[in-house]
Amino acid sequence: MSDPDGHLSRQYNKELTTLKDLLLEMGGGVQEALAGTIKALGERDSEIAEKLIIQDAKIDELEKRVDGLCVQILATRQPTAVDLRFLTLGLKITTDLERIGDLTVNILRMAVEVNRLPLLKKMEDLPRLAEATLKAVKGALDSFVERDAEKALDVCVGDNEVDELARDLEKELEEYMRYDAANIYRALRLILIARSLERIADHATNIAEQVVFMVRGSDIRHHGEGSRGPG
Amino acid sequence: METAHTPPQETVAIADKPVLWVEAVSAWYGKALAVDDVTLSFPPRRITAIIGPSGCGKSTFIRTINRMHEIIPGTRVAGKVILDGQNVYDAGVSPVAVRRRIGMVFQKPNPFPTMSVYENVASGWRLTGGKRKSELDEIVETSLRQAALWDEVKDKLREPGTSLSGGQQQRLCIARALAVKPKVLLLDEPCSALDPTATAKIEETVGVLKHELTIVIVTHNMQQAARASDLTGFLLTGRLIEYGETKKIFTLPKEKLTEDYITGRFG
Repeated sequence: MSDPDGHLSRQYNKELTTLKDLLLEMGGGVQEALAGTIKALGERDSEIAEKLIIQDAKIDELEKRVDGLCVQILATRQPTAVDLRFLTLGLKITTDLERIGDLTVNILRMAVEVNRLPLLKKMEDLPRLAEATLKAVKGALDSFVERDAEKALDVCVGDNEVDELARDLEKELEEYMRYDAANIYRALRLILIARSLERIADHATNIAEQVVFMVRGSDIRHHGEGSRGPG
Repeated sequence: METAHTPPQETVAIADKPVLWVEAVSAWYGKALAVDDVTLSFPPRRITAIIGPSGCGKSTFIRTINRMHEIIPGTRVAGKVILDGQNVYDAGVSPVAVRRRIGMVFQKPNPFPTMSVYENVASGWRLTGGKRKSELDEIVETSLRQAALWDEVKDKLREPGTSLSGGQQQRLCIARALAVKPKVLLLDEPCSALDPTATAKIEETVGVLKHELTIVIVTHNMQQAARASDLTGFLLTGRLIEYGETKKIFTLPKEKLTEDYITGRFG
């Protein structure tokens, strides 16, 4: 693969480096918030949750900067090949990262709510699900930094594990609701948290798929439908 | 014409059988090798762009196609250029006849300075022996229409060709090339001296002409190759590095050298 910084124009190199840095800053921000959900849920730490909710505005601001820079580069440089794939990845994953940020805020808000109430059950499964989700997000972003298609593919495969964990947890919480209607309020919120984590992992998979496209030029979305095969 | 010539194995899917292809073409200036063993075929009704950095041999390469390279003293060509089943370098083939079937438009518009718009277009046809006024009028109008210039010059056919704008002059040169009804049109950096509006007009004209001709365009403007051609060949130090569908070359080239060139990592 071509050297990312190998353009004759140093200014162009700088613009692409800035774009990468902004995406990484966004990635770092959403990872920090997501890691915070583990603490907020596992240790019932509402203080950290409140703090991280406020920080989401920064992610939104970064999203706008990434979009603006992508449009600027597209308009002024007319990128091709690997650079064009990087730019389209930038435009797409910024949306995924922003959505991850919003979903994480939802989780943190619900964590604050459930933390005010007595424990429904021992809080082990949700932090484990959050850890698996964080691993997926981290893996997707690492694969982006390292331009590593294999690592990105691992994230896509790992998504099944998150789905299974979420499904099992949901079934268990349904039992709690059936057992006692007084559990519904808390169980429902925990289910919504699990669903949000599952969707975050889906966004991580989207990012990983984009990384495969950036590195290899092959479209692996939708499990082979319309796939162009390895490039 | 029945012939033993068969086109080279395709590197790209081409529905129509090519009428023009080159086999192992090399070209020299004295001892300096400028084009090194290039083999490729040009599908009909398609625009093929040849890209590459300055000095890569792209202009020399297309000049070998219609035997323009040999005009320069001390030059030499090896290999075959097959048009309609015949090698244009075969003994007994007239270079003038080749150039009539393979027209060419150059970097700088070069209408004949002493001739009117009408005469510029008519001159080529006159050389082929066509002399009847009515026939000539028709040829001139048709050629100017094909070159998308008729509406702009129909009231000034007797004015000097050089009185037109740069973009119009270039389309006049295209009309002049079309007047002898070539099968192939070679364009060597046809827009490099033109502004974006005139460039767009030329690209649009060429886009229409491709339905009737085989078109080869040399350009150092990669955006032009990307938007105006169907196939692209990348030349580097005289060698054909990659040849394929333009949309593939500009989004997912096979060769790293191609990728490095089109993304501005050298050039």
